[in-house]
Amino acid sequence: MIKTEDLCYTYGVGTPFERHALQNVNLEIPDGALTAIIGHTGSGKSTLIQHFNALIKPTSGRVLIDGADINASGAELKRARRAVGLVFQYPEHQLFEETVYRDIAFGPRNMGLNDEEIDSRVRNAAHLVGLGEKYLERSPFELSGGEKRRAAIAGVLAMEPKALILDEPTAGLDPKGRDDILSIIKKLHEENRDMIILFVSHSMEDVAKTAENVIVMNEGRVEFEGTVETVFSNAERLRKIGLDAPQMTLLADAMRGAGFALPDNIYTVEGAADAIARIFGGGGDV
Amino acid sequence: MIETQNLSFAYRADDGARENVLKEVNLKIEKGSFVAVLGRNGSGKSTLAKHFNAILLPSGGKVYVNGMDTADADNTFRIRRAAGMVFQNPDNQMVAAAVEDEVAFAPENLGVEPKEIRRRVDECLKAVGMTEYAAAEPSKLSGGQKQRVAIAAVLAMNSEILVLDEPTAMLDPKGRREVIETLKRLNREKGITVALITHFMDEAAEAERVIVMDEGKVVLDGAPKNVFRETEKLKSLGLDAPQITLLASELAKRGVEIDKRVITVEECLAELLKKAGERGL
Repeated sequence: MIKTEDLCYTYGVGTPFERHALQNVNLEIPDGALTAIIGHTGSGKSTLIQHFNALIKPTSGRVLIDGADINASGAELKRARRAVGLVFQYPEHQLFEETVYRDIAFGPRNMGLNDEEIDSRVRNAAHLVGLGEKYLERSPFELSGGEKRRAAIAGVLAMEPKALILDEPTAGLDPKGRDDILSIIKKLHEENRDMIILFVSHSMEDVAKTAENVIVMNEGRVEFEGTVETVFSNAERLRKIGLDAPQMTLLADAMRGAGFALPDNIYTVEGAADAIARIFGGGGDV
Repeated sequence: MIETQNLSFAYRADDGARENVLKEVNLKIEKGSFVAVLGRNGSGKSTLAKHFNAILLPSGGKVYVNGMDTADADNTFRIRRAAGMVFQNPDNQMVAAAVEDEVAFAPENLGVEPKEIRRRVDECLKAVGMTEYAAAEPSKLSGGQKQRVAIAAVLAMNSEILVLDEPTAMLDPKGRREVIETLKRLNREKGITVALITHFMDEAAEAERVIVMDEGKVVLDGAPKNVFRETEKLKSLGLDAPQITLLASELAKRGVEIDKRVITVEECLAELLKKAGERGL
């Protein structure tokens, strides 16, 4: 479990540029969660997730990873860090090795694992992100944009973290690349029921399609959180803080305004098609 | 106007082999039009865009910008002034310490009179809605604001054509909106020709014309309504249709036929109301 207690973070303490990036953030993210974090630029999303890997430390308050406090040092801090794998924005910019294999192996090697264990982890991680054997001996720089990103994610998975955190994992990808990454996230969630998966996204459609829960950040605070359904049924509140509901939710709202009786949990294309077909006496689920 | 005639382009690989990234592309982008270019990664769309202001020169065929052949070195400067480019990462394009200096950078280099520079900077910042940030530091701006400054910096050369290579890929929804609204306004009010390379189908849906590239060729070309109704074909090209268009095709599978050319929430609602009327609901 990842837990924050009154987490505050201030950039530039004691300088004229002092800025409160996070204010009294209290979150509990249970094992097995598949959660999206949304919020516009500057809302504190990135600052928040950097705490989960102890890249930055709270100005006040606490962050606990499976009970290990990131304010601690020594073994406890190491335990907290090991538990969390962080995939940065545009992680493919960090690929550097001669082969995909060596790049994925970099993390496990630094953990001091033996060659046999490293080999099995590399192959497993590559498999999880859909990169077959033939990719392993290729240079990461010969891959397509989407493949590079998957290789970078495999490098983090090979460290077998208990929580995987991805900062805008689909930014800049084409629709196929975007769908590939989202399917990998879903598959990881289904196959690793204890793993926490957290991802930051600007695409409400991606969130609606993939996540189970949503945390909405605004001005350094948690504006609200809940299941995808409850969060996206607050279209008005989302709009107030510069976000939008998925387009299907907006359509459902407009239809209700025009007198159609629709349930209020519509946010994906399939969900909307089913509900609308039901009104028209059509087939419903296909 | 931009015209390509049998445009081909090959990058040279390390082993000397050449692979064509663009294959016999024939296009005309009319003055004052708003064109979106779609295609999966590696389809050749960015390579195509870089031919529009002579960053790349054809390996075969010709590209004309306002009638000027891009392969003729004597035209290069005039072409680059006529067609300005905005790239994906705003931080890679900012050179000055203040927004107005950023916009003044190109006209200064072109030897424009100081008075005229002042006039252009003011006019272009106004055109992108950034007047009140004239003295601000570019690094303090949001992504959407930075891209608007980058657009103003191109306009300050009196460019008539804006070529943008995924200008919104790194922006949040609000920043994306700002950039697209700015482009639409410049196109409508100042007649600026816009060629927008994007991965976002909802942005392309706002253009007058959508060109879809695949494997170095133009595979679809037409009004958004006509291109996006090809949902299956787009899927096979690694692309998507806007959500509303996808809904129309999902509804058809469920026995509810509405016009598949719908793109916006409003159009879809109107179609559904019509359908409800027909069925007496």
